[in-house]
This record gives sequence, C-alpha cells and structure tokens, in this order.
Amino acid sequence: MRTLNQTTQEVLDLAAKHFQVAPGSLAPEDDFFKKLGIDSLQALELLSRLENHFGIELPDYEVQGVSDFKTLAERIQSRL
Amino acid sequence: MLDLSKYQSVGAALKDALDTFSNEVCLIESDRDREKERLTYREFKQRAHSLARAMQEAGFGAGDRASIIMTNQSKWLITAYAIFYCGGVLVPLDYKLTPEEQWRLLKHSGASMLITEYPIWRQLSLSGERASASNVRKILVAEAPPIELGGALRWEQFSSPSEPLFVPRSRSDLASVVYSSGTGGRPKGCMMTHENYLEQCIALTSIYPFWPGVRYLSILPTNHAIDFMVGFFGPFICGACVVHLRTLRPEYVREAFPKYKITYVSLVPLVLRNLQKGLQARFDALPPGKRRLFNLLVALNRALTKKRPRLGLSRMLLKQVHAAFGGELRAIIVGGAFTEPQTLQFFYDLGIPVANGYGLTEAGTAITVNDLKPFRADTVGKPLPGMEVKIVNPDADAIGEVLVRSKTVMSGYLNDPELTAETILDGWLKTGDLGRFDAAGHLQLFGRKKNMIVTEEGKNIYPEDIETVFESLPVKEFCVFAANYVWLQKSMVGEQLVLVLHLDPGQSLTEDLRKEISARNNRLLNYKRVHGVVLFQEDFPRTASLKIKRNELAERLAQLDRASAILPL
Repeated sequence: MRTLNQTTQEVLDLAAKHFQVAPGSLAPEDDFFKKLGIDSLQALELLSRLENHFGIELPDYEVQGVSDFKTLAERIQSRL
Repeated sequence: MLDLSKYQSVGAALKDALDTFSNEVCLIESDRDREKERLTYREFKQRAHSLARAMQEAGFGAGDRASIIMTNQSKWLITAYAIFYCGGVLVPLDYKLTPEEQWRLLKHSGASMLITEYPIWRQLSLSGERASASNVRKILVAEAPPIELGGALRWEQFSSPSEPLFVPRSRSDLASVVYSSGTGGRPKGCMMTHENYLEQCIALTSIYPFWPGVRYLSILPTNHAIDFMVGFFGPFICGACVVHLRTLRPEYVREAFPKYKITYVSLVPLVLRNLQKGLQARFDALPPGKRRLFNLLVALNRALTKKRPRLGLSRMLLKQVHAAFGGELRAIIVGGAFTEPQTLQFFYDLGIPVANGYGLTEAGTAITVNDLKPFRADTVGKPLPGMEVKIVNPDADAIGEVLVRSKTVMSGYLNDPELTAETILDGWLKTGDLGRFDAAGHLQLFGRKKNMIVTEEGKNIYPEDIETVFESLPVKEFCVFAANYVWLQKSMVGEQLVLVLHLDPGQSLTEDLRKEISARNNRLLNYKRVHGVVLFQEDFPRTASLKIKRNELAERLAQLDRASAILPL
C-alpha cells in the first residue's frame, strides 16, 4: 500500500510527464490550473491518466473544486 | 411533436408526451463503458409517478418549491417531472457551486425540498451554512451508501404505490426559479413562468425540431437554461431521446457520438474549441498526399454548402469525419458564451453546422439563433419567432444596448422588485450587451455595458459575487471589476476580472501582499479568479450609505492606461 507521500509524488511525476514540464518543477501545494496553464478539460484528461496509473475509478465529482496536487492525491489515496 | 399552444403548463405538456410516446426510449444513461439505464417514456412515467405520489403524501403541493442539485442523469429529469406533476416550482441549482453557495441560494429560493445525490450531499451536510436554510425541510439523496444520511432520506426508497394526483397550473404561474448569478452577493433568481418555457420551446423547435429517433447528448448542466430546454423539455415533447454521460472526460464524450448515434449536442465554446483542436491535430498528422486530398474535399464541401447545409452531401464527401461523430449528427448547438467565428467556420466547412445563438436566462434561454440560411459565422443569428429585439442609444457605428421583449422574458427577480424594475422597463428586458443588426437582420455582438464577464465555459461571473473572498484584505479599500467594463472593448473575447486596490498611505504592493491576494484568489474556483491588480491612488467614490459608486469609480479608472494599469498576479 502506497503512503500519501508516495501517491503525491506519483501524481506530480505523472502530471509533469503528461504536460511535458521538467520533473521536479511541480510541488504538492501548486495550483495545477495556474502552474500548468491548463483548463478544466485538460484537468479531466489528467484524471484519466491517473486512473490508469493507479488502477482506480475517480468519478468526476471527486475533483470538483480541487485545484492543487495535494488534495488530488488525497482523493486518490482514499480510493486505493 | 405536441402542439404547445394548447397547453397551460410544462407539467401538462410533459404528462401528455409521456403517454403519446410511451414506447419510445426517452433516456439513456452511460458511465464510461457501462450503460447504466435505458428507459422508455412509459418506464419514466412509472418512476416519476411513484416519486410524485410520495412527495404529495409528504405535503408537497401547488406552488411549493423543490430544488434539484444533481449532475446530469436520469434522476434529474424524473425528479423535475415529479415536481411539475405536483404543481410545484423547480429550483435547479448548479452542482458546481460550493456547499455554502448552494445553501445560501436554497435559503433565498424558499425551497422546502432538496433533491440531490450522495457526493454532493456529503459536502452539503458538512457545511456550517446548513442551519441558515431552515426552510429546507425534506431532503432526498440519490445513490447513497448504506450509512446514516444526517436526516436525509434515500431517493430510491422515497416512493408510493398509489397514483399521484395531477395538479394543473396556468401559464402565468411560476414554473421555476433559475439563478443567473448572485452566489456571493445579490442573488438573481429569475422567475420563469410556464408560459416562458412553452413559448421558448415553440420558437426553438420551429427552427431546430426534434422527433422520435433523435438522440440528444446532454453535456451542459441541466440546471442551465439551455440544457433544460434542449436536453429535457424540447426532446420530451417531441418523443426524442436524451443521452446522459456520468463521466464527462473528453475520451468518453468522443466515444458517445458513434456509440449512441447522436443527432444533436449542446456545447460551451471551451469544449467546442477543444474538439476543434483535437480534430485539427488529427488532420495535421495526415500524410501530405492524403492531407492535400482532404483539404480539397473540405474546400469542395464549403463551396457546395455556401447557401445552405447539405448533410447528405457532406457526409459523403467527408465520410471519415462524420463517421467519427456517429454519422447521424445534424448540428452542434453552442451557447452559454461567445464563440469565435473561426471555430464555427471550421465545423461548418466539415459539414457539421454549429447552431450558435445568443441568449440569457432572463430572456428564457435563446433570443437569437443562426437559422443556417445561409450559415454566418460572424453573427449570433436572427431573432427567434416571437422575439422583439431592438438596439437603443446606438453610437456612430450603430452599436447600442440590446433590448428584448417577448413572452419568454422572465416575470422578474425573486424577492428583488428594485432590480427587476431596473432590468425590465415597459416590458423590455435590458440585456446589458452591446450589439447591432446588419443589413440581413442578423445580430452581431460587440461587448457589454454591464460589469460582468462570461467565461468560455459559459459561466456568468459578477465581480460583486467574488469580492467576499477579499474581505479584510489589509488595504484601505478594494473593488473588483470586469476589465472590459472599465475599458470598454467592442469585443466578446478576452474578458478578465481585475482587483482594484487603494492602498493605505505609505503602503506598497509588497510581495507579502501579492501572496495574500494570490492565496485568497486561489480559494475561488479557477474560472472565477481575478487576472490582475490595478492600483488606484484616490478614495473610492461612495454613496451616503458608504456603498461604492461603481459606475463613477469605473469612469475614473478608465482614465488610466489599461495595458500598464493591470499588474499581473
């Protein structure tokens, strides 16, 4: 079982890879809309990548209002 | 299609539709690859009636208000029909609002019932604002796990085997209260009558008809005026089918088109542009030879459809593109915000007409719509039948404020006669939008004279509504403005909000203050955030009761140079 820290790191790594930014340039508290310059649809795309990676289903409502990696990782962790 | 001129209420029309089209499929609900539900009009009626009867047994009756806060799904429509059947008033709320905002609007609406789904209820039940909405006495929660629900009842178990009693309403009775804004400040609850909906539906279906066999993909939230009309009332009174997706990821939306042979879909400009980007990337990846042939076919299609759409021909010429959309798509309806002409033209050239229009909740969904005779990417179309539209106080370019008079215009704002009187003058609704008519009678829009923005996602954002997040900011005074309202732009694109600060004597915009502003800004949903800061050196003009005179302040701010005045956050 992953720890929350591990999950958070994997979320950051995957986001960096998906949106082609330097690994390590993202921090848990970062606002992903702002930091990555993405819109809500691109955020949903990231969600699909995360689902595949973690082997879970994340309903759309789970990320409703979520804009930072840390909270996103917590939502994932609760479903692992 | 039913003849709506003969009906007095939304409920009466829907009631007849369920019997008229009883064997047709009315709803399909899908979640990822799984089809969760497929209901005929007969099955829909059975479910709605057992809910309506249980509501009546719980004391819900004529004129009572019930709110729905749900994502797009079959239970949304079943519940809405049950409310109308009981003679009730529907209060559809945006499921994307925060729980605090939802409770505040629930309180304002006077709703006695709330119907929601578990993930939303989980948040709502934890909110401290719940106690303030004591008017909400009964709460139904759908799809809840087997745990205690904090006083709420399960939607699935709230049913009665007896037949409900249909409660007739008249055309002038209130059918719904739809909030066009006001989550943080002054709630704008548009009071829509049964006549508003019946007349809007007659007008829209005269140009874009539905019929049994049509499949409408419902993506825009159903609480939004557009989806309520073209994703519920319109299709139902024509015997068409509505498809709901529980997961709105781009890949599932794409798959839905061929899987369910979608006929119509409504999108906001952001999603349409995303679709355009995806298609363009695929076209760009074609080998040079195929790309040349493809471009030739697109040019040919454009030439052959110049005067009117020719769906059969376009499907033949651009077979693969149309196959990706299921081969049955007749038009994409785009609304909620301004769409760039080049995006509209892109789809039309592929043989997929985009029915763009213009409207606002206060006017009962749509005011103008493109009738495609011929297609025009540079306008928002002509007024719908029954709509009187005029331009007042035109400038040298004939651009002035758009005013509307029609049977579809709301009766007013709930509990706000003052705002109603400011907005509707002698029956004419002041839209606050700037436009002009061209020689062919098409309306063109050129910005707004009201202090608000509309995002590409179709969200109306009023500065007053987001100011609460900046309360007690350590500055002398502050105010939020739509930049295009201060520095008037004859454009509907690039709309932004700015935070105007008047600092204390000797104070400067330090890094700490910037961080504080950013932290507060980030508490807002991403589409509600301010884009930059404007420093203003004078005291804000205020009324005797110390309210900011926004118009006067805007006039003074306009004297600053926009480009250098807005400091990015």
